[in-house]
Amino acid sequence: MADPTPAPDGRPADLDATPVSKEQLLQWYEQMLLIRRVEELAAKAYTQRKILGFCHLYIGQEAVAVGATAALKQGDTVVTAYRDHGQVMAKGASAREVMAELFGKSTGIARGIGGSMHMGNAKYDFFGGYGIVGGHVPLAAGAAFAAQYRGEDKVSLCYFGDGAAHQGAFFEALALSQLWKLPAVYLCENNGYAMGTSLERQSYLLDMSRRGDGVGMRRWQFMGFDVAEVYRNVKAAVDWARAGNGPVILEAMTYRYRGHSMSDPAKYRKEGELDTWREQKDCLKSCAGQLTAMHGVTEADFQAITDRVEAEAQDAYDFAEASPIPDPASLYDYTYANTQDGGR
Amino acid sequence: MAELTLREALRRAMTEEMRRDDRVFLMGEEVAQYDGAYKVSQGMLKEFGPRRVIDTPIAENGFAGLGIGAAMAGLRPIIEFMTWNFSLVAYDQIIHNAAKVFQMTGGTYKVPIVFRGPNGAAENLGSQHSQSLESLYAHFPGLKVISTCTPKDAYGLLKTAIRDDDPVVFMESELYYGQKGEVPDEEFLIPFGQAETKRPGKDVTIVTWNKQVYTCLDAAKVLAEKHNIDARVIDLRSIRPLDEEALYRAAVETHRMVVVQEGFPFAGVGAEIVARVQEACFDALDAPILRVTNRDVPSPYATNLEKLVMPNVDRVVDAVRAVVGR
Repeated sequence: MADPTPAPDGRPADLDATPVSKEQLLQWYEQMLLIRRVEELAAKAYTQRKILGFCHLYIGQEAVAVGATAALKQGDTVVTAYRDHGQVMAKGASAREVMAELFGKSTGIARGIGGSMHMGNAKYDFFGGYGIVGGHVPLAAGAAFAAQYRGEDKVSLCYFGDGAAHQGAFFEALALSQLWKLPAVYLCENNGYAMGTSLERQSYLLDMSRRGDGVGMRRWQFMGFDVAEVYRNVKAAVDWARAGNGPVILEAMTYRYRGHSMSDPAKYRKEGELDTWREQKDCLKSCAGQLTAMHGVTEADFQAITDRVEAEAQDAYDFAEASPIPDPASLYDYTYANTQDGGR
Repeated sequence: MAELTLREALRRAMTEEMRRDDRVFLMGEEVAQYDGAYKVSQGMLKEFGPRRVIDTPIAENGFAGLGIGAAMAGLRPIIEFMTWNFSLVAYDQIIHNAAKVFQMTGGTYKVPIVFRGPNGAAENLGSQHSQSLESLYAHFPGLKVISTCTPKDAYGLLKTAIRDDDPVVFMESELYYGQKGEVPDEEFLIPFGQAETKRPGKDVTIVTWNKQVYTCLDAAKVLAEKHNIDARVIDLRSIRPLDEEALYRAAVETHRMVVVQEGFPFAGVGAEIVARVQEACFDALDAPILRVTNRDVPSPYATNLEKLVMPNVDRVVDAVRAVVGR
């Protein structure tokens, strides 16, 4: 039998030709900055015990969510793990909805029921954040299956971490997706650590996109700090999947500046690693550099953006604080969609 | 009224629902070309084609999760497990995703999905293929759990399951797929949460479900003929939601109760029933409620040992006599 496995590296040849406008770059810059400022405020609120439980920050990885979401169309679905604040904001959620959810308020994106790890809401076609590593990946295959079943022009995007790339659910989802050529893009955000375990301590292969090889899935790797680069790469994969060619697995090399969660001082980092990323591979600096060099954006322009973003983040914080807590009478309201049979 | 086997009744339910709603599809191992491991889906590939009757690789974790995602995206999947034992590799999907998505997303994503397949022991299948898993699923709010094996009930309840907007765990019985029973010719649905009295009786109530219904009806006959005990047999059919009203009414009317279940005793569905009935009806009870369950040991292969493990007519008769005191 002929093995349909594609070439080892499925990177398209003509990526760099995709043009990115000044307006687009500016919009992405503002979005990335907003995600960062909202999370910085969330970190502050956490230390004030206004946010409780687990809280996994995305700071450092913003270019992945913003660039990848820009490659999607309205109606495409997204699913991710528990580091989901940035991804849901990129998909359309307001800073207010996200902050209120973190505060456990009824105005949150999941009515205060989900919390940091579970920010799903159908109005954004965002299946949500999921707390069991790798367990969300088959859901993405399901969204892609539904699109194919109904003949819809939709793609399913699934974020996962390098830590999820060892789970059975992940492998099974890849296998089914490739077997049925589902319109899905599996995007690994490789930030170098699964909680505190570095990549080389958790995997023999260091290129997580090669997880696709075992099922014959097209795959490639790219750097994840340049938002335009993320956009170009994910766009190529999304377009390929949307055209009916089957799924793609991508790996974006990225880095988180904070610990795994708020309680993690991240003492496992290699010497100088964090500084290197912050200085040389920061998504905001990279984007600002391009805007300055290629589009003549000035310090004053950046200041205006920063002022706007900081006001919005502060507004989200104030909104969350002022919002009501969930009504105790609503406790059983969302266990079942249909309670006609007496279930509650 | 036609006599249908259990497998024919299940097939009729799925086929009718697939004819009326294009969002419904059947997915699982060997459901299509092989016509179903137990021939429940026989002929369905021919009628509906490979788009809607879909063979999978052996990847329960993957295809159960895929079904949940498809349900969130608006389809109404029927996911077949060749046996419920195999569902345990997909347990994370059912418990962490199917049962919780509606709540976790603030009530914005429904998960209208049915997981179905045979549950409980067949014969001589050893410890990994003989379990009854109702309690493992009924434990979790967010799921609905149906366990039934008479053709009429299976037909009416499966149709309800497919139309329900919540995830439904639907448990059948391998040994009874060929058992015939009368099923009305006209279409009907049986609501969840309604037990059915399979035999009226005034001296004692035997609460049971799935294939132990047959054991208990046989036991009731022996009790009537040999011991002059008039036993009521209640078939729960629906484990969650649970028909508490039927249980409490029976406790008040017969004052004595025995719960007969397959599966292990520790934290089983029987334990939950005993707890609820004594909480609600303590004053009405004239004796402690007894349970007849699988013996507390993994199912052995050898016929003689396996027979020791399972509930049977003699054990039910003994328990009822102990409760009634004659």
